[in-house]
Amino acid sequence: MIEIKELRKSYRSKRRNGTTTVDAVNGVDLSVAEGEIFGFLGPNGAGKTTTLRMLATLLAPDSGQARIAGVDLLADPAGVRRHIGYVAQGGGTWDEVTAREELVLQGRMHGLAKAEAQQRAAEALAAFQLDEYGDRWCKTYSGGQRRRLDIALGVVHRPKVLFLDEPTAGLDPQSRAHMWEEVRRLRAEGMTVFLTTHYLDEADSLCDRIAIIDHGRIVAEGTPDQLKQQISGNVVVVGLGGPTAQAETLLKDKPYVLKLETEGEDALRLYVDAGETAIPQVMRELTDGGVALSTIALHRPSLDDVFLTKTGRSLRES
Amino acid sequence: MKLLRDTWLLFQRQILLMWRTPMWLFFAIAQPVTYLFLFTPFLQKALVPMGAASMKDVYNIYVPGLLVVMCFYTGLFAGFGLLAEVRMGILERARVTPVSRSALLLGRAARDVASMLVQCALITVMSFPFGLTVPLPNLLFAYVLLTVIGLMATAISYDIALTIKNEGALGSLLNTIGQPIALLAGVLLPLAIAPVWIQKLALLNPFSWATNSVRALFWGSLSDPVVWQGTAVVTVLAVITVILSTRLYSRNVS
Ligand SMILES: Nc1ncnc2c1ncn2[C@@H]1O[C@H](COP(=O)(O)OP(=O)(O)O)[C@@H](O)[C@H]1O
Ligand SMILES: [Mg+2]
Repeated sequence: MIEIKELRKSYRSKRRNGTTTVDAVNGVDLSVAEGEIFGFLGPNGAGKTTTLRMLATLLAPDSGQARIAGVDLLADPAGVRRHIGYVAQGGGTWDEVTAREELVLQGRMHGLAKAEAQQRAAEALAAFQLDEYGDRWCKTYSGGQRRRLDIALGVVHRPKVLFLDEPTAGLDPQSRAHMWEEVRRLRAEGMTVFLTTHYLDEADSLCDRIAIIDHGRIVAEGTPDQLKQQISGNVVVVGLGGPTAQAETLLKDKPYVLKLETEGEDALRLYVDAGETAIPQVMRELTDGGVALSTIALHRPSLDDVFLTKTGRSLRES
Repeated sequence: MKLLRDTWLLFQRQILLMWRTPMWLFFAIAQPVTYLFLFTPFLQKALVPMGAASMKDVYNIYVPGLLVVMCFYTGLFAGFGLLAEVRMGILERARVTPVSRSALLLGRAARDVASMLVQCALITVMSFPFGLTVPLPNLLFAYVLLTVIGLMATAISYDIALTIKNEGALGSLLNTIGQPIALLAGVLLPLAIAPVWIQKLALLNPFSWATNSVRALFWGSLSDPVVWQGTAVVTVLAVITVILSTRLYSRNVS
């Protein structure tokens, strides 16, 4: 449904000391299958919005190619627009109009006749559970309601592909859960959804497949499970209840420790081949070395561990 | 056809928004009303060289200038609304739809011009009790001219706004260029009483042509050559600036 090859975009910005170039999107290749929820996971500034805006025909790529729903992005942007919906990171509604009025206008901008646009607006209000607030001004909406309206506006013309830029950024947990349901419902209706997020749990539990992007490049791609399996072995988290330096020295050269990171002030994160056998060894090593440990736990790798191994940074921190 | 349909669609939306926030009307006419009631009475002596024999004549000379300056300033500041919509993401949302790009701009411009005409109508009506007299055909023609003047000012503002794309800088720039253009258009005092070099300079100012035409119409002479000259100048410029702004808009709103 979406095929992207070598997509690139750089921004030139003027500074006092000359111009600098930011390679916002630096050669992205991707393919997204029909009916998939595809997630673009990456920290702020990774290039997610830039990629999405190029795919939504809002920004011309410097180079590269893309086909969306079989239509070539560069050769026929108007054709692409017929098949896509796009919901920007910040939405885009006027304050002093109602959700219903916005939905009708959106339908009309897509070329629908008045009666049909009104019909679609009513359906959309019901589908997105906005009935109750449908005739209130947009400026009175909560974050979650506004976001649902944004999505309703993006799909009023029933596109094949929906691009969602950070659909749940800044929402409370309940609204996020609600939003996930809406996205799943759209997939059930046959829509292909391409969303961006910087939330690990969103990528993990909502998306069928994800690509991790950092500094404009894709560093990993696959289903969340595939990605986590790429990280060999397990993660052992050792809580020390105090400084970690001594424990670090004791453990860092052990053959069964593949990688070692500090976690916060008083814990270590060890990447090991086999957690079950590593735990007793770690405990013995620390006890022999005179370091008291307060907790020890075995984790399956998370997407953050994937991000960490691919980029050397944690997504939580960046 | 699609252009007309889409322009009408967006014009309706813009009018709805204005209707819902009527405070703009108060601010839009507060200043002209102040001028009308507090400044005009001073003018009788000053306007004698223009042939003002009575207060009625003063209103006939001064009101047209006031109408032009109102269209000029309201139009000049229309770029702010445009940039605000860009900032709110309205444009991005619209641009992913097949709606006509020019209609997005023209719908807005039509709204801005319509609001100017409402202001003009209010000021005109308020001036009648003071003795303003103007033949109906002349008044109608003057309003057509005011529409074109307003459209030109709006388009100029859009052009500047779309070029500098910064609301703060736009404010300072418009204030800086607005004042001299308005003075050189002879809107407050007729250029006939200005020094010759200023009159020469004013020939370069399209708004000065506009003021002279509207004033001639209010004075009662539909056949004065300045009327068609002024109409030609502002019409040509309005067409050019509108085309330029729709070009700028479709190209650079990314
Ligand atoms: N209009 C712009 N001008 C200059 N730099 C930009 C512009 N938009 C984005 N960038 C830069 O491009 C990079 C990618 O930005 P973006 O695509 O918005 O990232 P994300 O959506 O993943 O947070 C960032 O470094 C950002 O600062
Ligand atoms: Mg972004």
